[in-house]
Amino acid sequence: MIAQLDSTVARPEITWDGLLPILTLGVGALLLVLFRSLMKQLPKAAADQAVPVIGGVTVIAMWVVGGFAGTDVPLAGLRDGLGDPVFFLGLLIMVGLGGWFAQYLRLSVDAALTVMIGLTSLAATWGVWTDRYEIDGAFGLVGDQLGADGFSLVITGVIASAIVLVALLLDDYLEREGMAGADMYVLMLFSGAGGAVMASANDLIVLFLALETLSIAVYVMAAMHMRRSESQEAGLKYFVLGAFSSAFLLYGIALTYGAVGSTNLIVIADFLEQNRLVEDGLLMAGMAMLLVGLGFKVAAAPFHAWTPDVYQGAPTPVVAFMASAVKAAGFAALVRVFVTTFADHADDWQPAVYALAILTLVVGSFMAIVQRDAKRMLAYSSISHAGFILVGVQAASNEGVSSVLFYAVAYTFLVIGSFGVLSIVSGEGDRGTSLDHLDGLSTRRPALALALTVFLLAQAGVPLTSGFVAKFAVIGAAVEARSYWLAIAAMVTAVVSAFLYLRIILSMYLGQAEDDAPTIRVPRAAGLAIIVALVITVGFGLVPGELDDITRDAIPVLIAAG
Amino acid sequence: MSDFLRSYLTVGIFGLIGVALVGVFLGLGKILRPNKPTLAKTEAYESGVEPTGDMWSQANIRYYVFALLFVMFDVEAVFIFPWATRLEAYGTFGLIEMAIFIFILLLGLLYAWRKGVLKWA
Repeated sequence: MIAQLDSTVARPEITWDGLLPILTLGVGALLLVLFRSLMKQLPKAAADQAVPVIGGVTVIAMWVVGGFAGTDVPLAGLRDGLGDPVFFLGLLIMVGLGGWFAQYLRLSVDAALTVMIGLTSLAATWGVWTDRYEIDGAFGLVGDQLGADGFSLVITGVIASAIVLVALLLDDYLEREGMAGADMYVLMLFSGAGGAVMASANDLIVLFLALETLSIAVYVMAAMHMRRSESQEAGLKYFVLGAFSSAFLLYGIALTYGAVGSTNLIVIADFLEQNRLVEDGLLMAGMAMLLVGLGFKVAAAPFHAWTPDVYQGAPTPVVAFMASAVKAAGFAALVRVFVTTFADHADDWQPAVYALAILTLVVGSFMAIVQRDAKRMLAYSSISHAGFILVGVQAASNEGVSSVLFYAVAYTFLVIGSFGVLSIVSGEGDRGTSLDHLDGLSTRRPALALALTVFLLAQAGVPLTSGFVAKFAVIGAAVEARSYWLAIAAMVTAVVSAFLYLRIILSMYLGQAEDDAPTIRVPRAAGLAIIVALVITVGFGLVPGELDDITRDAIPVLIAAG
Repeated sequence: MSDFLRSYLTVGIFGLIGVALVGVFLGLGKILRPNKPTLAKTEAYESGVEPTGDMWSQANIRYYVFALLFVMFDVEAVFIFPWATRLEAYGTFGLIEMAIFIFILLLGLLYAWRKGVLKWA
């Protein structure tokens, strides 16, 4: 066997600057472990200065890494920037502002570092998008295994933003629950790196590895709250069912390999384009298994059973991460594998996704109505959102893909905002998550109640919010693909789930708070995360043009090496 | 049936022969051997030591972390052996790759050590 191997192994061609968004997340996580292992307690003199310094360094890191990621001759651009006095002065002011802002938010060192890594990755993504992707189009990152196209860049950006916002939410949460430490942040960064690789994977094996990196970190995150048995239960449940679904996915990969002879998506797509399989039983079984495996990850019915329990039990900021970044990565894989790679077999998988979408929509919206717990309600509503995104996937068209992306971006900020408010309201130990605890929130904390109202209305798809534009795009794509019944089902279930959101809003505004209700403290960092999510939700609702253009530019392609 | 699926037939036959072989030998032994159980014979064999306690004894939870750390370096060995046989072909690039891999694993050990799980007391 060894004799048959080549004497030298071809080194894969690596585009380092294009890899920067992913590398920042992964290496950032490693360095954070290293730093926290070597230095548990900062020296007293440094402790007070650390956070503002990190804030300032964040600005510089964003500028440098964004510059490196963007241009072909990276150093030249950076040098020119420094040479320009106006620019230099502007940078200095920004550094100062960054430092002051980090201090103002009272971030812990770990949270500040995580925010820095997330923002740097975001800047790198932006650099790759504006200076490389928009000019040269998609390009390969690591041989024919990883590729950067608009689709993967948007998802990477979504994951990086989710990391930043969730880190802001986590900061105070961990302090409140007595779990302070770098562990959660490191896991989140690892998970995010896995998600970013998953969005750019051009090979089923790489996709599987990335999915595992993404999931294993999240299993642990769900179980991180040691003193709450619900959290342990959530972690175990998520782990067992997740491992189960990974097995499905792996089996699907094996069967697809058996049918086509490669795990590389480019080779698979070419093969299916040029050949008609006489017996396509293996391929069909492989596609079905892949659909089941990925369906688990995005919580599509009938593979949704874990969602309510896990969402209810896991720490609330972690749920925000699961519902945003993990779901976005799952849909990225679904779109790349099915819409892009199995494009020539769309007639075969479309009916399956059609059925999944309808089932998911119905289960998500109807089961949500009967819940008494706000976190469980939002868990079911996240299932129904997955149904909406599946409607976009089912269209199997460019419109469909861009509507999926739009939905994923809009939903990320919606869900982080919603769970952010819940995390603040529920108080110590995540106890107050039932609807009764939200009673009279409008008199206790009017701003929080207003924010949650906007998020819920957006989730319901009320115009002037990003949720409306997203739902409109998805249903538009379904109509374009002549899936009229699916479009009607989506609209009807949207009305049904509106009832649930209105119920939460009613209890906030008309319910009476108990007299001994604890006062709600809004930490600055979490407040900022909610404000950002709010601005983006309303912003994309009022002016959806920018995001619409971006998602239309971001059609996934498979890039062959060379 | 396609040729591809037919090749599974070989796998199936191989499996059947395996099962049959075990069945035949165990069955043959059952028929041929004398059966005279005594108390001493039915006792569990524990390296010549008299067995104590029942089988649902609890292991110390601390072993769990050691088991995890063991798995970590076990997997490392699984990757390093095939890599070592082909190191010439991979060249410097392969060396750096493995260095990064080991560094990441060592980071895990460092984390565990600083967390204090290596102390038994």
